Amino acid sequence: MSKISTILRFTPATSRSEGVTGFLFQSAPTLLLPIIGLLLFLAIWNGVAKSIDTSLGQFPGPAQVWEQVGALANEHIEQRESADAFYTRQAERNAARVAQDPNYVPKIRAFTGAPTFLDQIWTSLYTVLVGFLIASIVAVPVGILCGLSKSAYTAINPLIQLFKPVSPLAWLPLVTMVVSALYVSDDPAFSKSFVTSAFTVSLCCLWPTLINTAVGVSNIDNDLINVSKVLRLSPLSHLTKIVLPSSIPMIFTGLRLSLGIGWMVLIAAEMLAQNPGLGKFVWDEFQNGSGESLARIMVAVLTIGAIGFVLDRCMLSVQRAVSWDKSRVLR
Amino acid sequence: MSTKHLELAQVGIDFPTPKGPFRALENVNLKIEKGEFVSLIGHSGCGKSTVLNIIAGLHQATTGGVILDGSEVNSPGPERAVVFQNHSLLPWLSVYKNVELAVKSTMQGKSKSEMREWILHNLALVHMSHALDKFPNEISGGMKQRVGIARALAMEPKVLLMDEPFGALDALTRAHLQDSLMEIHASLGNTVIMITHDVDEAVLLSDRIVMMNNGPAATVGEILDIALPRPRDRLVLADSKQYNHYRHEVLTFLYDKQKKVETVSSHGKSTLKQSANGVSSEKKDKSNSDAA
Repeated sequence: MSKISTILRFTPATSRSEGVTGFLFQSAPTLLLPIIGLLLFLAIWNGVAKSIDTSLGQFPGPAQVWEQVGALANEHIEQRESADAFYTRQAERNAARVAQDPNYVPKIRAFTGAPTFLDQIWTSLYTVLVGFLIASIVAVPVGILCGLSKSAYTAINPLIQLFKPVSPLAWLPLVTMVVSALYVSDDPAFSKSFVTSAFTVSLCCLWPTLINTAVGVSNIDNDLINVSKVLRLSPLSHLTKIVLPSSIPMIFTGLRLSLGIGWMVLIAAEMLAQNPGLGKFVWDEFQNGSGESLARIMVAVLTIGAIGFVLDRCMLSVQRAVSWDKSRVLR
Repeated sequence: MSTKHLELAQVGIDFPTPKGPFRALENVNLKIEKGEFVSLIGHSGCGKSTVLNIIAGLHQATTGGVILDGSEVNSPGPERAVVFQNHSLLPWLSVYKNVELAVKSTMQGKSKSEMREWILHNLALVHMSHALDKFPNEISGGMKQRVGIARALAMEPKVLLMDEPFGALDALTRAHLQDSLMEIHASLGNTVIMITHDVDEAVLLSDRIVMMNNGPAATVGEILDIALPRPRDRLVLADSKQYNHYRHEVLTFLYDKQKKVETVSSHGKSTLKQSANGVSSEKKDKSNSDAA
């Protein structure tokens, strides 16, 4: 600190300001422009919000939304504290009963508080990742098959074209009934609502990955295929040495599209089916209809956007890690 | 030495088109001896590459066939290694790994150290020992083609097939690689069949030059024996009467006897074909973005 101040003291004022503006100009495209965009957005939001009056009060501006961020965080902390208190009370009670009567089998009951905003985020994230994973495990191999074999493509393509445009929400009632009918167990590892949501997400995550993988695989450089033929590579090494490396960019394009769509669909499915998650949070707040509801919904909207963005960045880093061409600029 | 190391007999090939089969080659007969260096030369579109692909087994002849050491060629295989025009190295593998892939698939049952030695030996042959861990996009075009040659040599092919191997290189790099190739051919004695557009290259490298007629239904026009003593030195030959006589023969064949008539219609056709390709690739792109 003292070092900096000595430097500042001995540096003429003009050059100091030049240094600061120089830094700003240099980092302008990467740092300054997004900040300007963000500030503009906040200003417009703030201005427009004031002039919208709804039956639930004034439309929330950035300040009210920020307030609710704090409120939601506090609710979560309080909920956790009361849950901890509940469990310690239960443990004490059980210990006392066991001390009185050694044959007593203690009953352990779960805390029944409503899930908080953070709980709902976690549920949604977990659901979308499981649904996406199931879809990818199916879509990538089928896509590779379609890319490699024209007959497989011709056979499967009509199905892809038929089911691709279907909104997954149209599937939701069917999925719900099928899950209720088939997923019967006394002690289920996953709740039915989770299975329904995850399966619905899978249904819509399938198509972009499948189609992009098929296109990527079918567009492999013909010379490389000839190399493989001349070397008489086994089908497995043909797949691992030629097919997968050359189609990785397209496969990841598909995966990223799938994950983005899956995340959007999940929120809608949760709203519609009242399955736990961010969608349910939004719907509950809407039904609740208090003066703070709109601000709380806005927090959820921004959270959904931020999580979608982070998910995409994560996929991008995975792509960077597995891609052979490190110099390639990925967007 | 058998006189029938490699034999093409009555080879013809039809390509299916919407208007019915198109006869690209007809009645191609060629006998090649072991260790011989043969060049195929002709105007573009005369079917040189098709001949090479048939020998490689990448295309199937419609009529006739190819016999290598007494057995018929039906499918591609490492005993007929191909050096492709645009190197065709796997961009995700290092120089060493590219050659290793070829060695692993052709020398099964050898120990790891033997394989490693063989890979290094072949990369040394093409003077690429210094770039083992480089990736194809980190080395020059000439170097890539050297690695392509090393990969082909590492398969220990009976016949080395080269499809315009130096076509995409600048003149100086090309000369270097030609010298390397002559060196390798002298020491290993592989049978080499090379496609070229370059008259000098053909005369300098070959024992025989096979000159092809123009298509459709292209076939072997003339065969010219090049009786220049080896080793050949490009500087000495540049001033040699015999060398220039051979050059003249090939040029006469190409530009006098087989004058390529670039008619407006054929030119239009080729551009049309190109634009059709362009459209289809655009379509593909579009379908990608649709999928997106």
